[in-house]
Amino acid sequence: MSELLSWWAVAPWQTGQGGYFWALLMGFLVTASCGLVGNYLLVRRLSLMGDTISHSILPGLVLAFLWTGRRTSWVMFVGAVIAALVTVFLVDLIQKGSRIKQDAAMSVVFTVLFALGVLLVSIFAHQVDLDQDCVLYGEIAFVPLETLISVGGVSIGPPSVVRMGIVFLFTLVSVVLFNKELLLSSFDPGLSTSSGYSAQKIHLGLMAMVAIIVVSAFESVGAILVVAMLIFPGATASLITDRLNYIHVLTIIQSALSTLGGMYLALWLDTSIAASMVVVSMCLFALVWFFNPSYGLISTLVNRGVSKDKTLETE
Amino acid sequence: MSLPLTIENLTVHYQKKPALWGVDLKLEAGQIVGIIGPNGAGKSTLIKAVMDLLPLSSGVIKVFDKSFSKNRKRIGYMPQRESIDWDFPVNVFDVVLMGRYGHLKWFQRPRSEDIEKTWSCIEKVKLTPFANRQISNLSGGQQQRVFLARALAQESDLYLMDEPFAAIDSATETATIELFRELKEQGKTIIVVHHDLATARRYFDSLLLLNKQVVAFGPTQEVFTGDRLQQTYGGKLTILEDQSIAASAEPSIG
Repeated sequence: MSELLSWWAVAPWQTGQGGYFWALLMGFLVTASCGLVGNYLLVRRLSLMGDTISHSILPGLVLAFLWTGRRTSWVMFVGAVIAALVTVFLVDLIQKGSRIKQDAAMSVVFTVLFALGVLLVSIFAHQVDLDQDCVLYGEIAFVPLETLISVGGVSIGPPSVVRMGIVFLFTLVSVVLFNKELLLSSFDPGLSTSSGYSAQKIHLGLMAMVAIIVVSAFESVGAILVVAMLIFPGATASLITDRLNYIHVLTIIQSALSTLGGMYLALWLDTSIAASMVVVSMCLFALVWFFNPSYGLISTLVNRGVSKDKTLETE
Repeated sequence: MSLPLTIENLTVHYQKKPALWGVDLKLEAGQIVGIIGPNGAGKSTLIKAVMDLLPLSSGVIKVFDKSFSKNRKRIGYMPQRESIDWDFPVNVFDVVLMGRYGHLKWFQRPRSEDIEKTWSCIEKVKLTPFANRQISNLSGGQQQRVFLARALAQESDLYLMDEPFAAIDSATETATIELFRELKEQGKTIIVVHHDLATARRYFDSLLLLNKQVVAFGPTQEVFTGDRLQQTYGGKLTILEDQSIAASAEPSIG
């Protein structure tokens, strides 16, 4: 019993430099940032856009890296954001200028840009310190190994966590500040534009935000799992509530739960933290889906019999 | 007094296909105007063009003598039912409050007067008991009234309504036209994209018959004739519909 307790409560916080605290915090910051911005992708029916951007920023990252030669540089951010905006522009161009629909346009653009990125990585392999596994899967477990940043002698944390913390705050502030604009332009772009909040500008801003968050989350969770972080929290939350701001709050809670759960699962199975977090997210989603009283699968199945009778009555 | 809407030589293209050709229009205030025409006649396009949501190939649109962007608070809008995502996580109150956003600035939170106005508009369309409902959990007529309340909350002088009478029960339809008449009494102008020829005659003071070009525009009595309608619908009007026109036209002859 005491052995279990020490595994459960003590071990994760002791090992390595600062233990798992930083990895845990990083996991939460990544999931919460992705979740908040992902909620808007979800309600705009642009979930595939997360996929699209997370893959197509690769050439932007590589080119920015080749240009500056440094991996932690802010130039990489700029490179990724530019690549994301180019992606959005190309998708729009194909969609409006041809008979190809949006989903096909996104698929075409992101695979081509990703392929371009892969070519660049392999051509400049000797110069590029971006390994392909890292790009695809990421690794949170490396976070505690980083040298802590210190400001004026006080160490504040590993650089990647500090950066993600800034991105999280930026996301949170944007969602609060632009709450009404994001809501209206997502729900009714026509009224948004005609009320003086250009839906197109807000869309571009949102996509830039997705790019910034995805590129910051990249090292931790990779290009594939980041899509789960974008969509799972909101998808789970929208089974429980039907107001966007409540979905945001639940997203934060879901992020904390899936990070904590993922950490323990990874510890138990001695495996990837990011992948474990996604598995836990899936479990949370399934739990909510089955057992939710208002929109759950079970209550829907039970109610189906009841409502059949009701419809007959009212008609 | 400035006219609510003037359009000069408006042409709009979708890719290379023309959607509207050389449209000229001068609208007097204080009336309910119906826009009628077949599918693909450019009815919704005209609404979107007025709302500055489309690039114009040519032409000038003035709303109360100014460009749309300078007068946006004076224009209210109700979208087509099909364009709305009913599963979106918003409730009735949230949607009606959106009507007030045009009176706010970037970053500005809704003020207490906006909240009050929102509640009074919800009350006006008798949706107060449903204010906290997500919008898919409403009947078709109630859903319709949500967007009507939102348009009211905009407190505009010119309203653009894209098919407000589509797929609703007759009680809601009557209540809606009553509301339009009330707005008209207050000197407001309501433009309605409409499909049902049988009711067009009763509902509208003026009619715009549209089929990419203006076929006819004027007081309903003058414009609503079999010939003009055949011309608008390119002879595609079935005999059945023709009879309903005749039927609805008859009473006013006598």
